[in-house]
Amino acid sequence: MKFLVCISNVPDTTTKITFTPDNKEFNKAGVQFVINPWDEYALTRAIELKEASGGTVTVLNVGEADTEPNIRKALAIGADDAIRVNAAPKDAFFVAEQIAAVAKEGAYDVILMGKESIDYNGFQVHGMVGEMLGIPTVAPAMKLDLSGSTATLEREIEGGKEIVTVNAPFVASCQQPMCEPRIPNMRGIMTARTKPLKVVEAVGGAPRTQVTEFALPPKKEGVKLIPAETAGDLIKLLRNEAKVI
Amino acid sequence: MSVLIVVECAEGEVKKSSLEVASYGAEVAAMLGTTATAIAVGEVTEANLATLGEQGITKVLHDAEPRLKDFVNNAYTKLIATAAEQEQAKIIILANSNIGAAVGSRLSVRLKASLATNVVELPKLNGDQFVVRRGAFSGKAFSDVVLSGDRKIIAVKKNSTEAKHEAGKTAEVASFSAQLSDADFADAPSQVIMQDQAGGILLPEADRVVSGGRGMKGPENWNLIEDLAKALGAATACSKPVSDVDWRPHHEHVGQTGITVSPNLYIACGISGAIQHLAGVNSSKVIVVINKDPEAPFFKAADYGIVGDVFDVLPKLTAAVKALG
Repeated sequence: MKFLVCISNVPDTTTKITFTPDNKEFNKAGVQFVINPWDEYALTRAIELKEASGGTVTVLNVGEADTEPNIRKALAIGADDAIRVNAAPKDAFFVAEQIAAVAKEGAYDVILMGKESIDYNGFQVHGMVGEMLGIPTVAPAMKLDLSGSTATLEREIEGGKEIVTVNAPFVASCQQPMCEPRIPNMRGIMTARTKPLKVVEAVGGAPRTQVTEFALPPKKEGVKLIPAETAGDLIKLLRNEAKVI
Repeated sequence: MSVLIVVECAEGEVKKSSLEVASYGAEVAAMLGTTATAIAVGEVTEANLATLGEQGITKVLHDAEPRLKDFVNNAYTKLIATAAEQEQAKIIILANSNIGAAVGSRLSVRLKASLATNVVELPKLNGDQFVVRRGAFSGKAFSDVVLSGDRKIIAVKKNSTEAKHEAGKTAEVASFSAQLSDADFADAPSQVIMQDQAGGILLPEADRVVSGGRGMKGPENWNLIEDLAKALGAATACSKPVSDVDWRPHHEHVGQTGITVSPNLYIACGISGAIQHLAGVNSSKVIVVINKDPEAPFFKAADYGIVGDVFDVLPKLTAAVKALG
């Protein structure tokens, strides 16, 4: 099986989010970028499946050259090779077009990605890629097993899950508890340096959406403390003052 | 031309999040001077669909195909695309649910539409520009997005708008067929397994949430969380460390890499308030924090706080709720 794992380059989860003074752009100063945590499930599961029944794992990122440290990290975790589409990810539709083009060109069987990126939170790319390629999408997937070219997945739905069986090629967006994401070991880091990383130019046209401005949520006015001894008073405040119960 | 609203149903009724979406869609239709038409997916009675008039829906399309009871990505996509073409819908509105995201993303390609998910407010029309505000950076920020093109799809975040009820108004329920074939159901689930929800309340849709962290010291103490939740009619949730060590199931994990919730009331018990957890809850209207450490960062994001031992405080709160009658 040929696995294609799409990874996104996102601010570390501990990042305090700030914007440029005109609120038009995310302020990258001093921010450490990591592999999108949801994508780590896709990457590790692809490597596990490859180790169990053979195949190759290719990592794909749509990004400029500054994403390469995280692509190398994915190679160190166990991917075989990587492709970087040399373009800033303008919007979900643009990214999906890039992934669909690479997937078609390389005839990949299983296209995996995280549920969503923790910066844009679109949760869109999986379905767009599936539709562009005319293949099924399973999103969000909590479990993925392969038997030959047939996959059995658990898809989370509100309040429960569905068991879905699809034949390759297909797209799945992944989330916990699919696997325990791996971290690179020293040997992986050494071998990652010489694994192939191909850079290709972007295809397609204009994005369909454009961010015009960012905003931060309003700050809380300050906490009202209730003594533990009279904790029950909180309930009265929630009813009479906050009016939420 | 009309606004088409996708209404998710289960067990004969319209889901709460879809009542919100119906109200939102009716307001968008009013802004654009057109009517709001809904298309129903999932298991529902026609009598319950007619009550969507209370949310401002004029007409509801209902395909009686029995296999639409469970979520089938291809079939749902084709059903809604067919309805959009019939109604010449320029705007399609869905819930930002697992179903809404799965269908909306495919629809955007099929219908050549622009798509915004996680939308938290009504759109703004700035001249020719159609702008929506959506949650970004996993609850840490918002972004204003211009949707281009002739057709637009909006997925509305749960609990971000209120469902309106105008008693007595009814919608016309019109039968509709997308002529679905066996091939459209090729990715149908072989099995659907529903969890037992505490008190039948789904966490993503809950108005009130009681959540526990490592300060609860072990899964054997969760009865204290559950007792308060039951008394309040709340759903239960947990922090990431708690689901990582399997004290609680993963679907209860609230935070940046779990689910983000925006209930009216969020009560955090023994959760210190790491930035990743705050991201998942900071759009809650009222946040209560109970922690024995007065320096816990969560207090800075809270409306009400109790510095104290959860094992002492929680039973007092449960008793006080019960005393309200």
